[in-house]
Order: sequence, then structure tokens, then C-alpha cells
Amino acid sequence: MSTLEIKDLHVSVKTDDGPKEILKGVTLTIKDGETHAIMGPNGSGKSTLAYSIAGHPKYDITGGTVTLDGADVLAMTVDERARAGLFLAMQYPVEVPGVSVSNFLRTAKTALDGEAPKLRTWVKDVNAALEKLNLDPTFGQRSVNEGFSGGEKKRHEIAQLELLDPQVAILDETDSGLDIDALKIVSEGVNRFRAQEGKGVLLITHYTRILRYIEPDHVHVFVDGRIADQGGPELAEALEAEGYDKYLSAVR
Amino acid sequence: MTLTDSARENLEAGLEVKHQITSHLNPPPSYDLADHPAPTGREEIWRFTPLKRLRGLLDGEASDASLTWDTTLPDGVTLSDISVDEARELGELAPGDRPSALAVALAGGATLLDVPADTELDEPVVLRLHGENVDDLVYGHLVLRVGRFSRATIVLVHTGSARYAATTSVLVGDGAQVNVVSLQDWDDDAVHLGRDAVLVGRDASVRHTSVSFGGDVVRMHANVEYAAPGGEAELLGLYFADAGQHLEHRLFADHNQPRTKSKVLYKGALQGQGAHTVWIGNVLIRKVAEGIETYEENRNLVLTDGCQADSVPNLEIETGEIEGAGHASATARFDDEQLFYLRSRGVSDKEARRLVLHGFFQDLIRKVGVPEIEERLTATVEAELAKNVLRELD
Ligand SMILES: Nc1ncnc2c1ncn2[C@@H]1O[C@H](COP(=O)(O)OP(=O)(O)O)[C@@H](O)[C@H]1O
Ligand SMILES: [Mg+2]
Repeated sequence: MSTLEIKDLHVSVKTDDGPKEILKGVTLTIKDGETHAIMGPNGSGKSTLAYSIAGHPKYDITGGTVTLDGADVLAMTVDERARAGLFLAMQYPVEVPGVSVSNFLRTAKTALDGEAPKLRTWVKDVNAALEKLNLDPTFGQRSVNEGFSGGEKKRHEIAQLELLDPQVAILDETDSGLDIDALKIVSEGVNRFRAQEGKGVLLITHYTRILRYIEPDHVHVFVDGRIADQGGPELAEALEAEGYDKYLSAVR
Repeated sequence: MTLTDSARENLEAGLEVKHQITSHLNPPPSYDLADHPAPTGREEIWRFTPLKRLRGLLDGEASDASLTWDTTLPDGVTLSDISVDEARELGELAPGDRPSALAVALAGGATLLDVPADTELDEPVVLRLHGENVDDLVYGHLVLRVGRFSRATIVLVHTGSARYAATTSVLVGDGAQVNVVSLQDWDDDAVHLGRDAVLVGRDASVRHTSVSFGGDVVRMHANVEYAAPGGEAELLGLYFADAGQHLEHRLFADHNQPRTKSKVLYKGALQGQGAHTVWIGNVLIRKVAEGIETYEENRNLVLTDGCQADSVPNLEIETGEIEGAGHASATARFDDEQLFYLRSRGVSDKEARRLVLHGFFQDLIRKVGVPEIEERLTATVEAELAKNVLRELD
């Protein structure tokens, strides 16, 4: 049971010429159990939205609110947000040399639950999660994201989604750079997550392709830091046919 | 190339070795103390070292104090006292700086650890050297000889306190595989100026790891040169400097033979006011040394304000006929992206830093290849962390 509510969110980044506004008032509510797709051209601010919700220090929130079941997300530290039930699958997952995947997963699980997972079931759960994403068991010994292929990085993000089991998942271009087989595997993982009671998903994507496997309840078109249009799944089909041109020319 | 040309080249190559024309970065080796005058601090090789904190260790005062030795010697391995002349006859590497020259001149003879030829040791040789008091002035002169085609791991552990100047030659026979670890785990006030000089036999392979945690001033050389073509050396190092500590590591890979390899990786962390680390990585590729490969890398993680990490890689190349040569040096603070990634998974700031630092060193610890030492290093790194960085975050 969880609702993520974003109201009139304004976000800027620091540049050499002073602050630059990237998000120009974003309002969006993901109700209990809903999947929302955000589609938009490169540079429209999709990752900025994802990172701002997760609390990346690079972004300055200049206005608006974000709440999770009424709790003020923007007042929380990055790790508090995760412990409150938010998860961000990153567009560019970060390498952490020398830290094994299994150590990382166990540390994260322990932090989220406030106690170490039971060793025996945990090892089984990890192996099962890796296997479902077609990652071989030796994957656990590798350093986090170091030397991973693009597809391995994305599959590893979704394995984390399943193991850490948040309330609301934000998936930032999890589909980009995946071949069709990997796309299916990743989509199945997201769908297993969604099939559980009350889980919210914010699926950020540039292409409509993944929406064939993960059907959204709502589609938002994101252009120049704002939601330019919204609708049901049919909006994605229109975008597939027509592209973003009509929205972009409206901005210019 | 005509026959005459090639003959001349060989002749020159021979002369070069005989005359010990060395790198401008490293003074020529010599047993004569007159060749190693007391430094003023302006010399290239001394400019980073806090001479005033050496407690007179370079004055050349005689002393018969010693460290206590506690050793684990596997079957077939012997430890014996030899004279300075005998050490020279064994082909040890002559002193390259004042501390090693003093050590030879004033230690009153050397200790020889001998692993005979064709010996495979399953257990490490462990030499535990302990000092009682920083007032003790101690000179150490060691020769570690591993015969041809032998396989051995030799671990030196330094604990307690002393003012200690030491030189250790590691003579590695043809085809031998040797792993040497030197752990500087001194008390806070110790001063240690050491030099490990490795001579690599034909097709032999050597790994040398220098680990410095304790001591007030620790300055370690790790030098490697080759007795014949085909040898490989891997030089690893790990250091963790706390407030006020000076930890200096100086490397010299002298590619004086063709088809030799050197690979250097040193990693360090610094925390607390006045923590100072120095890493000097000198590599010389001589004219004769065709077809060699070398790579050296130093990474430092600065954990708090008030620390200084100096890192200077130097590559001198006298031949163009090399397989590969490169270096990397980086000194950084915690990476915000790494911390963000970990924290976005619910891990606290403190735990994220612990994990990143653990990973930073684990990368290197995994390469040491002596399980007991790897465990000890992991534990010590964790303990060092608990001391300062993490406490501040509470
Ligand atoms: N540090 C920065 N300085 C200037 N512009 C930036 C900075 N960081 C991001 N931007 C800009 O913000 C916009 C949105 O970026 P992003 O959120 O990554 O878009 P998307 O994920 O939709 O491709 C882009 O135009 C990008 O150039
Ligand atoms: Mg993006």
C-alpha cells in the first residue's frame, strides 16, 4: 500500500553560468499498484526526475513536494528514502571496485530490514534471483558493476529490485542497450515485482518497445522538463507512429 | 644491421652493466659510506622525508641493539649468520642509499635465510621481528636466497618499536617462484628506513608486497633488477596513514635485461591531521632491455582534511623496442557517485564509506596470495577505519 505523489517539482543543476532549471513543474501521482510510463526525448529531464526523487546531491530542489504515503521524501537522506520503500534502477549503474555483488546485496538487505537476513534462505534467494535474470552463480563474486556488460548491469539492477523488494520502483531507461532476449528477461522481472500487491512502478523510457512487455496504466509524455501530454497505453502507440516531433515543435 | 654494429651494441651493453650507469633518479649503489653522505633534505631522494623526525637514525652511530626474532622455518629452510664479505660473495645487491649503507656497515654481519634449489614450500617462512623501544638503534642486514626452481613464500612482520635501518636482498634463482611480504605494523613512535632489493633470475617470478600501517616515519624501498632475461616482478603495496604519520614507499624497477616484466600496484588511504604518504615509482628501461613490459599504478584515497599524498611516477626509457610501458597515479576523495549508488540501496553513509574503502583495498589484498596475511590485512584495514573516519560520522 503506497502512493508516490509529486507536486509542481522544480529542479535545477549548478552550471558555470549559475543554476539551470531542468524540471519546470512536474506533477504526477502514482497510486497504489499503478504503473506509469514516462516517455520523452533525450535531454528532456527524465533522469533528473528519477535522481531528484532518489536524492542525488547534484540536483537542487527549488520548489514543489514529493511524498510517499504522505511522508516528506525531500526531507529524507538518500538512504532513508530507500528504507522508506523507494528504489531507483539507474540508467548508468555505478562501479564499486572490490565490493562483491553478494557482499553488496547482503549489506543492502541488512540495511533495509534492520537485521541481517537468515543466511541459508538468503543465499538461496540470491541465487534464485540471479538465475531468473540469467546471471550465472559466479556473478555474486564479481565486483559491483565492474566489467559488466551493458545488459548485465541492467539485469543486475532488476535482480536487486526483486531481492530488495521496495514499495515503489523507478526504472530509468532499464530497457536501453538491451537486445530482445535481455529485454524480455528484464521485463519478466519487473512484471513479477508488479504482480505483488500494491507495488508502484515509474517506468522511464525513450522507446515504446518495452511497453509491449510491461503494460502501463498511464503514459506521460515528458518534454523540456514538463509533462506535455498524458493518457492511457494508446498514447504510447501514437508516439510509436508519430514520434515526439509535435511536442518538440510546440516547445520551440 | 651489420655484424660490426651488433657486436658494438653488445659491447656497450656489457659496459653499461659493468659500470653501473644508473638512472639519474637513483644514485649508484655503493658500499662506501662516503658515497652516501648524511642528507640535507634537498636531495631528490630525500626531499619528501621529514629528516628531523628520524631521531638520529642517519647519524651513523654504532649500536649493538637488535630486534628479537621469532621464526617459523619449514623443513629444509635454514637461517644462519654470515659475514658482510660472505653476503657480498652471495651476490647481494649493494646499498643504494645511506640507510642501507649504514645497515651493512654497522649491523656486524648479515642473516641469511636459505631456501635450497628445487624446494617447494607449502607453508610460508615467517620472520617476526620485534623491537622493544624506540631508543634502541638497530641495524638490520638480511639476505633471503631462494634457489633455482624453488617455490617459497617469505613473510617479514615488524612490530613494537625501534629506530631501524635495514637492507634486505632477495636473491631469486632461475625459474623460482617467490612471494615476499613485508609488514610494517609498528607502534606509533617507531622509525623504519628499509630497503628490499630483489634480483630476479632467468624466467623467475617474484611478488613483493610491502604493507605499512604503524610507525611514526616509515620509508621503504622496493627495488627490482634482473640477473637474466625472462624474469617477472609484481610489486604490491598497501598503506594506511593516520594523523601525523609519514609513510613513504619508493619503487625502482630496473629493466636491465630483455623480455622482463614489472607490474606495480600500490594503494593507500590517509586520515587525520598531518597524515602524509609518499609514493615514488621509478622505472628504468635500459637500452638492452628490449621486449619488456612494465606498468605501475598508485592510488590514494584521502579520507579527511589535513592529509597529504604525494605520488610521483617516473618512467625513463632508453630503448624504443618495448612491448608496453605505462603508469597511472590518482589521489581522490570518496566518489560521490559510488556513495550515492550504495545509499540509494538503503545503506547508511557510514556503511557506504566502509564498503567503498573495503573494496578499494580488497582489490589489492586479493592479489597478495598468502591467505593468513590477507585475513590479517582485511582485519587491520577495518580496524583502522573504525579508529577515525567512521567514528567521526557517528
Ligand atoms: N551539470 C549540468 N550542467 C548543465 N546541464 C545539465 C547538467 N546536468 C544535466 N544537464 C541537462 O539537463 C537536461 C536533462 O538531462 P537528463 O535528466 O539526463 O535528461 P534525460 O534523462 O531525459 O535524457 C539535459 O539537457 C542536460 O544537458
Ligand atoms: Mg536519462
